Amino acid sequence: MTGENIIHVKNLIVRRGPVTVLDISDFKVARGRILALIGPNGSGKSTLLLTLAGLLRPTSGQLFFQDTPVDNMASLDMLRRNASVVFQEPLLLNDTVYKNVALGLKFRRLTGDETKKSVDEALNYFGISHLAKRSAKTLSGGEAKRVSLARAFAIKPQLILLDEAFNSLDPPSWEAITDDLRNILAETKITAVLALHDREETLRLAQDVTVLSNGKSIQSGNTTQIFNHPANEFVANFVGTESILEGVVETIATGLMEISINRKVIEASGDFSAGQKVYCCLRPENIIVSKELPEKISARNVFEAKVQKIIRQGFFYKLMLDCGFPLVAYITMPSCEDLGLCEGATMFASFKATAVHVIRRKK
Amino acid sequence: MELILQGITKAFELILAFDPEVLGITWLSLKISGTATFISLFIGVSIGTAVALNDFFGKRVVISLINTGMGLPPVVVGLFVMIFIWRSGPLGFLEILYTPYAMIIAQAIIATPIVMGISLAAIQNLPPHLRLQILSLGASRLQMVWVLVKESRLPLLAAVMAGFGGVISEVGASIMVGGNIKGYSRVLTTATVMESGKGNFDIAIALGIILLILAFLINLMLTQIQQRQNPR
Repeated sequence: MTGENIIHVKNLIVRRGPVTVLDISDFKVARGRILALIGPNGSGKSTLLLTLAGLLRPTSGQLFFQDTPVDNMASLDMLRRNASVVFQEPLLLNDTVYKNVALGLKFRRLTGDETKKSVDEALNYFGISHLAKRSAKTLSGGEAKRVSLARAFAIKPQLILLDEAFNSLDPPSWEAITDDLRNILAETKITAVLALHDREETLRLAQDVTVLSNGKSIQSGNTTQIFNHPANEFVANFVGTESILEGVVETIATGLMEISINRKVIEASGDFSAGQKVYCCLRPENIIVSKELPEKISARNVFEAKVQKIIRQGFFYKLMLDCGFPLVAYITMPSCEDLGLCEGATMFASFKATAVHVIRRKK
Repeated sequence: MELILQGITKAFELILAFDPEVLGITWLSLKISGTATFISLFIGVSIGTAVALNDFFGKRVVISLINTGMGLPPVVVGLFVMIFIWRSGPLGFLEILYTPYAMIIAQAIIATPIVMGISLAAIQNLPPHLRLQILSLGASRLQMVWVLVKESRLPLLAAVMAGFGGVISEVGASIMVGGNIKGYSRVLTTATVMESGKGNFDIAIALGIILLILAFLINLMLTQIQQRQNPR
């Protein structure tokens, strides 16, 4: 195996006319990682993906693929043959599903047997073997999306680049496809860069996140870091202010799970099986802060919490709490005065089991 | 009215009797216009695709020129081809004036802009990301172009229909550069003009009907292919 980074860009500038659409000093993706690019429309996600794929020539800057500079036709060819892009639209040819998935292999002039093996494998990965003989133009949105993913995986790329590939799917298809993709990425260990626009998508699929705004990289880090410690207001607004906690389901009884987080246990409604790794998401407006230990209340979760930071946000305060795990709470100004809150004080934080939004986690 | 009825009756007699002269004229028409369409397909698709896929200064002017060319008056084409292959003209040494070759050249010139314009529009109408998608799957530039042309095969069939339909029914250029020589360069349209000029309406109607049937059969065939490719 060569190199630690699959792809690395330095001092990348992309201009379109007088406008600088991308200005990134350093961006790299380590082998086997799944990185999400998030940011509002026009932040440069697609441009960065196209540059990484070798499909867009940057105005200036260096691009390295597996530590080899991509600066001539041979290295560009090498990059294109090893990176596979999945666009927002399925972009299938007017042909059978099989021929669509075989397209990249045909360009490589593989023999029929090799092609068939890879195509069958890719179709199988995405659960669409039964569609092989269908015309690609008769597929539903979800099926077409699976075919375009299978086509990208059939060439066994080193790097997969997805450009907001799940935008137009209905919720059940979206859930099934993102689940499958996550499993396939975990199994094949293919490095992936995914332009996503949704926090839940990011949590479901990615290990690392880079936040882009106006063509610049604002923050990079692993998912929990970005979501729990946004570097600035922009990132915080974009990723939302939910607390996101990594946990493991311990026990489950009648729709109530006990999930261990940093040696603490919280109760959440849901029915994942024991041992399942999960993210628990808590919205700050659902956290109740009290000075004394509340008694006889319906909230299943009550924790002693140390107030680490109080940040004024308009007409309310944002409290950064430490309950053994980080937690963010919103309270109004009068509540804050009534409770006499100050940084360093010890309080109690409570929330209902039904306020915990639990998301399956693979890693 | 009687004249028309008589004409139609005679026409069907001629057709059903497989009159050798009528048959010969029909066959020559098909050969000349088929060859011309085939040539225009080559030139039209390659230049149309090249223009669609490349950005260059003056692209819009070129596209406007091609679109204008789609309505090129056959008589004007005939005139210029004639001037070029006239004995003392720049291509006079070829000695092809009043031959089927001259007709093929003139008809190819008429059909090429039609094929070019339609294939240009067809390639431009493909989803903008499709080119990048194909390149990202590892295609060479040539492979990419080939896939795009194949993907436009339905509009390209329309281009063939339009091109062939245009030249087989064209009369001005054919008569100018072909000369309507019996048994050699006489085709359906030029024969129709001549026979009706002579007052032989029965033969003229027969030729006209054959022309219509031919046009219908060829379009039926191509439509058949088109519909089979596109189940919806």
